[in-house]
Amino acid sequence: MRREPPQTLGDYSPLLFPAAMLTIFFVVPFGTMIAVSFFQRQQGGFYTPAFVYDNYARFLSAFFGGVLGFSLMLAIAVAICCVVLALPFTYLLTRMARSVQVVWLVALLSVLSLSEVIIGFAWSTLFSRTAGITNILVALGLMSEAKALTPSFAAVLTGMVYQAFPYTVLVLFPALVRLDPTLTEAARTLGASPLKAFFTVVVPALRNTITATLIMVFIFALGSYLLPQLLGRPQHWTLSVLITDQAIYQSNMPFAAAMAVFLVLVTLGLVALTVIAGRKGEAA
Amino acid sequence: MNINSIKRRTLLGAGLAGASMLAMPTVLRAQDRSLKVGVYGGYFKDSFDKNIFPEFTKATGIAVESVAEPTGEAWLVQLEQAARAGQAPADVSMMSQVAMLKGQATELWTPIDMAKIKNASNLLDRFVNKYPDGRVAGVGAVSWYITLVTNTNVYKEAPTSWAAFWDPANADKLGLLALVSNSFLLEVTAKTFMGGTNALDTEEGILKTFEKLAEVKPNVRLWYRDEAQFEQALKSGEIPMGQYYHDVTGLAAADGHPVRSTFPKEGGIQDSGCWALSRASQKAEEAHIFIDYMCQPSIQATLSRKVGTSPTVKRESTDLTDKEFSAVSSDIEPIVPRYDLYQTKSDWLNQKWTELIVG
Repeated sequence: MRREPPQTLGDYSPLLFPAAMLTIFFVVPFGTMIAVSFFQRQQGGFYTPAFVYDNYARFLSAFFGGVLGFSLMLAIAVAICCVVLALPFTYLLTRMARSVQVVWLVALLSVLSLSEVIIGFAWSTLFSRTAGITNILVALGLMSEAKALTPSFAAVLTGMVYQAFPYTVLVLFPALVRLDPTLTEAARTLGASPLKAFFTVVVPALRNTITATLIMVFIFALGSYLLPQLLGRPQHWTLSVLITDQAIYQSNMPFAAAMAVFLVLVTLGLVALTVIAGRKGEAA
Repeated sequence: MNINSIKRRTLLGAGLAGASMLAMPTVLRAQDRSLKVGVYGGYFKDSFDKNIFPEFTKATGIAVESVAEPTGEAWLVQLEQAARAGQAPADVSMMSQVAMLKGQATELWTPIDMAKIKNASNLLDRFVNKYPDGRVAGVGAVSWYITLVTNTNVYKEAPTSWAAFWDPANADKLGLLALVSNSFLLEVTAKTFMGGTNALDTEEGILKTFEKLAEVKPNVRLWYRDEAQFEQALKSGEIPMGQYYHDVTGLAAADGHPVRSTFPKEGGIQDSGCWALSRASQKAEEAHIFIDYMCQPSIQATLSRKVGTSPTVKRESTDLTDKEFSAVSSDIEPIVPRYDLYQTKSDWLNQKWTELIVG
């Protein structure tokens, strides 16, 4: 297939539709949100158009700093867990027979069809004292009595990794399928063990894909607000939970908008840093 | 062939009807009177749909389209945003007191003309919500209690005081509401330990109450926003104690679940909902008929029997027996929430509360 750079204005026309959609459904709402974040909050009421920094000033405190820090840490942890689990899994999957692959992929896709609510309630039942998995351990004689595993950080992490895992596999899958098998064969011929070949050949060859996947899962996890509520204690609530509280329950749209803008800026900053670090690594 | 032609004819008919509806909206409205009424979704709405709205339509000829509204202030935000755009997702909505006050701040509620509410004389004064200048913003719909609930398998004896929340023996066993403005735990703390809700008059008093309330944290397993989450855990005994709605708990117990609702000696928390009319609504007349109908003592008694809510009209005016009345209420003086605080100090309270439970 030959690729030519677009010559005339008409060549750009396929871009018009996505561009319009992006403008209508992303740029305009985001602009509105930025505008609202500078509006004046009317306590006990709603807001009036104005240009004040109060909403940002309220956010800049040790308390919200802590919550933001936790949210980022949680999203990074989810991203790393997902990639660490999904990379070997997907690698092995690509080496299986076509029919086995199809079964696995359909199963993963069906997980995607579950809503966050269902995932949250299912895990909270699995982790409960009265009906949870510890009852099986008790029946097997491995534990003396059943106990609740939720609410806890581990429960939040498990729920979120479960939710993000199918996305991770689906993003990694095409890159791993395209990976030239002769690379690993060469490594094996030269005496590397399968494990060594995986870490010294497959992983470095996929460095860019892995970085991109990490960023995608990170951003996906950052927006999660239901699972931390269902499976965690209040100290495991993410910034998204507090944004929801302000927007929906306190009717404080300006403050909610300011927090959301801040979250987006920090996210973009982190993504930019990752990309720059990746480029430097390549140059070296 | 038949099917095809029918389809085409129905389509044509529907198109004509649609066009005429657009052309003559007033005529249609006069023929077919209707009203969109917002009530809390789930069990509440189902009960109203089954026991109340059909009778109302029969009595007045006004069709009711019920709209499921979310609890808390989420519905207020939606109503306000819609009213700004001139839309009313519901004409009349059942609103909690905190939401009523917040809606007042933006003149969201069309004042109710009490001359048109003939049954108003039965209403208890505290259930009529007024603007500061005396105009009526909302009329009492139902009132309900939040009480101390326990799982009967785990707690053989019912607790008698809210102080049970502070008992170290109940570590990691409580389910409490997650928001300052719907849990009313500040009032509970003040009434139980500070001699009454007047302790919340000053900021120092509120901070002291927060300090006392912070002691409850190690006992709390779940701070819930979603009622279903706690109800399920209470029934199974996963979270065997907490605060919950007296009406729903009674119904769960009647269904055979091992739960009970207790009015502690300090009193249950009494909250209420008002019928309020959105300023964007075009159906003021129907709304007044509806509100008047709902103020009848007989309807209030039906609500107590079928929904488990407490009447907003004088008890003497209803035909509720002692047994029926005590099932939905109690003689113990209730804890009445300090609604004023959630208007004048809402952001400060919210900030302190969030720091308390998250920090």
